[in-house]
Amino acid sequence: KKMEQFLLDLKQEQFNGSYDLAYKTINHLRKLISQTRWTHAQELMNTIKKEGKKMITAQPSEYVVGNMVRRVLKIIREEYVRLLGESEESANKESLHKMLTAEGNERDDHTKPLKELKTTVIEAVNEYIDEMEASIHNISAQAIEHIHSNEVILTLGKSRTVEAFLKQAAKKRKFHVIVVEGSPLYHGHELAKSLASKGIETTVITDTAIFAIMSRVNKVIIGTHSVLANGGLKAVNGAHMVALAASHHAVPLIVLGAMFKLCLLHYSDIGGSEATFNRLASPQEVLDYYDGGTEELVNVQIYSPTFDYVPPELVTLFISNIGGNAPSYMYRLLSELYHPDDHVL
Amino acid sequence: MNNGDAENLTSEQKKQLKKERRKEKNAQKEKHNIPSKPEGEEPKIEKSKAELRAERRAKQEADRAAKASKKSDQVAANTKQKGPRVPANIQSVINLNKTILKADDPKVQKKAAKKLEKQQVPQRTEGQKKVALFSHLHQYERSLSITKNIGFGKNAIHPAIIRLGLQYAEGTVTGSNARCAALMSAICKLISDYETPPQKELSRHLESKLKPAISFLDQCRPLSVSMGSAIKYIKLQITNIPTGMSDSEAKLRLIKSLREFVHVNIVLAGEAISGYACTKITDGDVVMVFGSSSLITKVLCDAHNAGIKFSVIVVDGRPKLSGRGTLRKLCRVGIKCSYVLVSAASYIMPEVTKVFLGAHGLLSNGYVMGSVGTSMVAMAAKIRGVPVIVCCEAYKFCERVQTDSFVNNEIGDPRDLLVQNKSELTSPLLTNAAWEETDSLKVLHLTYDVTPPDFVAMVVTELGKIPCTSVPVVLRVRSLET
Repeated sequence: KKMEQFLLDLKQEQFNGSYDLAYKTINHLRKLISQTRWTHAQELMNTIKKEGKKMITAQPSEYVVGNMVRRVLKIIREEYVRLLGESEESANKESLHKMLTAEGNERDDHTKPLKELKTTVIEAVNEYIDEMEASIHNISAQAIEHIHSNEVILTLGKSRTVEAFLKQAAKKRKFHVIVVEGSPLYHGHELAKSLASKGIETTVITDTAIFAIMSRVNKVIIGTHSVLANGGLKAVNGAHMVALAASHHAVPLIVLGAMFKLCLLHYSDIGGSEATFNRLASPQEVLDYYDGGTEELVNVQIYSPTFDYVPPELVTLFISNIGGNAPSYMYRLLSELYHPDDHVL
Repeated sequence: MNNGDAENLTSEQKKQLKKERRKEKNAQKEKHNIPSKPEGEEPKIEKSKAELRAERRAKQEADRAAKASKKSDQVAANTKQKGPRVPANIQSVINLNKTILKADDPKVQKKAAKKLEKQQVPQRTEGQKKVALFSHLHQYERSLSITKNIGFGKNAIHPAIIRLGLQYAEGTVTGSNARCAALMSAICKLISDYETPPQKELSRHLESKLKPAISFLDQCRPLSVSMGSAIKYIKLQITNIPTGMSDSEAKLRLIKSLREFVHVNIVLAGEAISGYACTKITDGDVVMVFGSSSLITKVLCDAHNAGIKFSVIVVDGRPKLSGRGTLRKLCRVGIKCSYVLVSAASYIMPEVTKVFLGAHGLLSNGYVMGSVGTSMVAMAAKIRGVPVIVCCEAYKFCERVQTDSFVNNEIGDPRDLLVQNKSELTSPLLTNAAWEETDSLKVLHLTYDVTPPDFVAMVVTELGKIPCTSVPVVLRVRSLET
């Protein structure tokens, strides 16, 4: 029942941001592990894959769900291999010899039943949840290294990570923040109010003024919805314009995001019914019915995309809970998080 | 010991001491007064005073004569042909910058206030929370009335000008062409109602009547480039009135020339530009436009009426949301339209084949000054290799140079960005209360921004299609014509 409720929530987009969704997904998966009956690791992985596919098809544009599923699968594989007594590293190394002499042995099969597997897997998942809960704290602890005094920082919309980051830096440094409204949802106003209440000098500007203001900005710090495998971003609508203006004025663009946002997928321009990258939201936010419902405007097409793709060339630095990285390095981190056999569920 | 003595002084002894002191003082006074007391010396002093007065008078007359000669020299210099025109241009820019870009200099503001008082123009009160980056510009708020203290007397501002000023301040008349045309018609009214007082010359006095009117309009809303160009033209026409022409004839001649200015520079230029620009639109084009520009709307409507099949994407930005007006006009004519906000411009850009932008003014270094957001659209187009075509009449070219949008801009009312109706409780926008009570929270409402010339492929004017960097050439050609 709870599963159905969860799927319904996914379909109707009833969640507050990617952290919330990731947290719910992984709790859900933990419940699955503890409550369903399984005898060996392969059976568990199959169950999780099946459930995962259901969740992903309910909301294909939310990559965090898929990330959590694959992370759990990787955790299961790791724990299995560890319990079997072999070191993780030798299991992961794919030497040419192994590839040529591949036989279906127990290690690769994951069919050996192990008693302690359940408890160790649940322990590892709990550890991962703790790491996720601490991710915002870890990211904002790095704030002092990146913001110097009297800087002008530009940010877009409202991201919880960016808010915590700036508030942490404001404890030690004095700087100026310019918040872009972020049409059509205008969450930037909320962020500005929250920052100003902590005494940070904040100015709210419209999206149209980004290029005009950019010559005076020292750094652009934005949050993101997810990080793609090539180091590009799937960020809130308007981020691409900000990134373009920043690169024109040679202003560094810093992206804050926890590691659970890093996903295996690449950007593709597919449109139509197969489109999973972007979601077109209700045109009410752009042109409301009062103005747009009149007879003369009835044939107008209104676009209100939710996300933007920002190519990796425009991003200067990623700051995540494990430290700072260049976008060209992000693909390497994938191999630590997910197992290649899980790329296609 | 001394202290003890002082305390033991009786009141009588104190009185004695006081008397002695007074005597001494009087003696000293007398010493000083001795020179003025003897009567024999008074006429000498009076004579010296009279001499001083005469000297002063002589000095003043000498100064007046010197000024008069200077003026005649200047007039002689102006009637000389326009060889090196550049120094005058720079001088005019320097004079402009003396008052306009110094809202944070208290001395300059005092001077400006005095000047406005002399002209009987009410000074507008500044808004409360100014953004520090723009402290050199005036920041007004619509709620603080301009006309509360306006006087109605013999030397007051003409009511047509007051009406126009209020229309500017409220935003009823917007758009550079519309503002310029409205200005011309109001000044025509002022001229037709004008009567030269006796003993005064029309050309001199009319100009002095115009000055307070223009100051008032500047207080209502900073003058646009088109208005500046129009005012220069008016002043030139007034000084070029042949002496000896009767007043009524002169007034008719002025009104006719002003109407002609609007007709030639706005209406006819619009037709010419539309003709050139329509050659650039082909069947199957997807044209992107930003905000509202009367010229661009005309170009697109003409192209549609000529039978070209194209569709339009209108990009809009807060808080003016002027794109909706363009959307309505285009839909009425029957053009297929789409509508997005500026944050989605890069999302929709893969569909676009051409971008047409209107301009508020073109600067001498090739930068395009347009409504805020123009540079965003141009930037997004340049990245994808979509050509950007700017359409602008030649009278909007100005000699100013600018590289960023900070130095010279217009700051609008910050309240336009906040929640408008109290009923919108669920709106994420800031409320007036939230903005006012938090000290460190500022809201910036920019009106213009400046687009670098490398984003623009071509500028279409009535003189033809030119690259952005040819603006000073056009200015030179036009200055030689007038």
